[in-house]
Amino acid sequence: MTTILEAKNLKVIRGGSLLVDVPDLAIIEGETLSLIGPNGAGKTTLLQALSYLSKPSAGEVLFRGRVVGPDYGALEFRRNLTMVFQEPLLFDTTVFNNVVSGLKMRGRGGKESRQIARAQLERFGIAHLGERSAKTLSGGEAQRTSLARAFALSPEVLFLDEPFAALDPPTRESIVADLEKVLAETKTTTIMATHDRNEALRLSDRIAVMEGGRIAQIDRPSIVMNRPVDEFVAHFVGTETILEGAVRETNETALFVSVDGSVIEVVGRGRVGEKVTVCIRPENVTLAIPDGTAKTSARNTFRGRIGRIIPLGLVHRVEIACGFPLVAFVTTHALEDLSLKEGDEVAASVKATAIHVIRKGGG
Amino acid sequence: MDIILEGIRQAFILLFTFDREVLGVTWFSLKVSGTATLISLFLGMSVGTVVALTQFPGRRIVVSLINTGMGLPPVVVGLFVTIFLWRNGPFGFLEILYTPSAMIIAQAVIATPIVMGISLAAIQQLPRKLRLQILALGATRLQMVLVLIREAKLALLAAVMAGFGGVISEVGASIMVGGNIMGYTRVLTTATVMETSRGNFDIAIALSIILLLFAYLINLVLTYVQQRERPR
Amino acid sequence: MKFKKNMFLTGIALATAALLVAGGFTAAEAAKPQKAVILATTTSTQDTGLLDVLIPIFEKKTGYFVKTIAVGSGQAMAMGAKGEADILLVHSPAAEKKFMADGNGVERRLVMHNDFIIVGPPADPAGIRGMKKATEAFKKIAGSGSIFMSRGDRSGTHVKEIDIWKAGGVKYEGEKWYQQTGLGMGQTLAVSAEKKTYTLADRGTYLALKKNLGLDILVEGDGILLNIYHVIEVNPKKWPKANFPGGKAFADFMVSKETQDIIKTFGVDKYGSPLFFPDAGKKEEALGL
Repeated sequence: MTTILEAKNLKVIRGGSLLVDVPDLAIIEGETLSLIGPNGAGKTTLLQALSYLSKPSAGEVLFRGRVVGPDYGALEFRRNLTMVFQEPLLFDTTVFNNVVSGLKMRGRGGKESRQIARAQLERFGIAHLGERSAKTLSGGEAQRTSLARAFALSPEVLFLDEPFAALDPPTRESIVADLEKVLAETKTTTIMATHDRNEALRLSDRIAVMEGGRIAQIDRPSIVMNRPVDEFVAHFVGTETILEGAVRETNETALFVSVDGSVIEVVGRGRVGEKVTVCIRPENVTLAIPDGTAKTSARNTFRGRIGRIIPLGLVHRVEIACGFPLVAFVTTHALEDLSLKEGDEVAASVKATAIHVIRKGGG
Repeated sequence: MDIILEGIRQAFILLFTFDREVLGVTWFSLKVSGTATLISLFLGMSVGTVVALTQFPGRRIVVSLINTGMGLPPVVVGLFVTIFLWRNGPFGFLEILYTPSAMIIAQAVIATPIVMGISLAAIQQLPRKLRLQILALGATRLQMVLVLIREAKLALLAAVMAGFGGVISEVGASIMVGGNIMGYTRVLTTATVMETSRGNFDIAIALSIILLLFAYLINLVLTYVQQRERPR
Repeated sequence: MKFKKNMFLTGIALATAALLVAGGFTAAEAAKPQKAVILATTTSTQDTGLLDVLIPIFEKKTGYFVKTIAVGSGQAMAMGAKGEADILLVHSPAAEKKFMADGNGVERRLVMHNDFIIVGPPADPAGIRGMKKATEAFKKIAGSGSIFMSRGDRSGTHVKEIDIWKAGGVKYEGEKWYQQTGLGMGQTLAVSAEKKTYTLADRGTYLALKKNLGLDILVEGDGILLNIYHVIEVNPKKWPKANFPGGKAFADFMVSKETQDIIKTFGVDKYGSPLFFPDAGKKEEALGL
């Protein structure tokens, strides 16, 4: 595991406000790191500072151990990387000339560059558009051209700034699939800013969740999703049920957390009396009809009444009042099977292993 | 009405019999205004681009000054250039008042803010992120500026047209700093004014028609280029 | 990249073109400046075409290059007073005398005269046709309330017109029948013809425009209507940068026998009568003033 790019005490201050504050960030060669977070969290600003497209206000960026600026010229540094933006930002010329433009700017024109460009057009399935004017392309074609232009440079680090945000879902799906394939082939170190956590989950080796210019958590996707470090991350990665509680008793493997009078069993460690936040992902909640016959292996089964059912496409979001508010995602099929509707009584179960607690200390 | 028809007839006679004086005046007009436009392109495009791409205190003031300059009345420019170039004025030692150079200077002063303002707007109206994209592709600062200029070329062509159109058709400054000297500083517009005051309305109309014709032809060529560049 | 190279080539081509053109101009001028004579004169001498005939002869003879700046009399005198002209050819005697008195010029020589005429619509609503005294005719126009079109531009013609009003003791400023164009002679005549009003014009411009106008000469020949041209050499002591020898050469040329002969016949072929009358060597008094 080689660190290719590193940020130390990186700060970006604009108009008196601190937009990015990253004390330490190391990018490992070959990995795909996603920066997720709400609008204004500093994802784009961090990308621009890391890539030196806009100079950070303080701190250092190191490329393969050399500090950009004093040890390593900004232009030379920039020529190891490239960026693809949400807008394709193509030049007013043919698709082919666009793909070859970066190589020419880097002084690598000629026959070789034309071969490279042709290979990239092929790779992104736009070889037939080579002589078309870039202005006539559809959104998807334009973004493919933009990606081909980036990959033609064989960047050591590829920055992607919300590259799919402006595309319609089918186009987005097909481009994400292509990019996934190309990243697997080329093993290009990639840093991608996105606010779509599904994209991040699909493409990333690590995910960093940003809030207010800081990285709140950076880890493997499964950990960020299931073991968020705080309520903000929990909320942002899709934990629908976030409850404040206190540890009532413990045993060797589990905690019993009291939340508004209900007791929730969680696998984990803690001290009696300690304040904790309980996180339950909606896809980990199963529903059943509470007639006593439907047994579940879950230790945590709560009886309650359905408040609202909101269709979300593949699943329905079901809000249950069972002493505390609980949210479950239920497939349309399961919902019909159980013939659940708003106001019905229901038994909701969660496995103790599928619940995450954030320890807050005290007690 | 007769006088206009007679003027049109006269224009064609003058033009197609290659009347030496008329051809001379026409060619000289193109030369003076063309040179002034070229100078204004260099100054206007470079300053316009720099102002468009940089942030500095007082930038708004500079931009509004440029925009005001786009509407500089030619006679005002003529007056000030004349005063500066007077023998006993600050640049009298150049001894260029009542010469083509003085006309080029005055016309360049008129055209430069026009080209500058349009260039400024043209570069500014490119997506802001385009600059970052160009840098991200590995461009040097100079390469970035050249690519931006190229991306704004349609609007910049409009700047050329506006600048040239502004100076070839102005008369106030040319007559003041050039003096309308026969065979030396007489251009189409000053000749038109003189022939009008001489009462030679037919020749005046003929000269105006030649002026319109050339202004049209040059804009036609530029428009053709612009439209050809436009994606279908 | 390809388009980058194009930009550079275009840039270089533009720069070269600009340098070549500018170079061409300076080369053409380089031979001229020290020999250039700036002649400040009134639009009437240019508009009649007299200078177009005389100047090429002068230039051929002396090698000087004349820059004729045709402006109003007022501006021509101001240019002389500032040392921005080398020689004046003007026709505002009163202002000229002051100019000389102020030490702005060294020599003032009589060259020629033409005359002013009072023109108006053939119908002549004020009934001035054939009157002998210009002042009386002006009084009658004012009395009838017919519109009088003035140039109002401080030109020699305008100054002359004011002299006539004053000589006749007529109040004209702000009167409803008194209108000003602020334009040159030719345009003022055109406006006058369009609106069928009276105006004061120099004979040369009137003759040149006659065919398109439909205005008649109603009063002519009065002494006050004479328009007398002098050449004035600018004082070299006051303005050392002025081209004094060039100015003097032009003044000498204007009063020479050959030039005076040309003036005598100029315009006869085109208008049937001369536009100017050569007066070199005469005294002003001899003209009946």
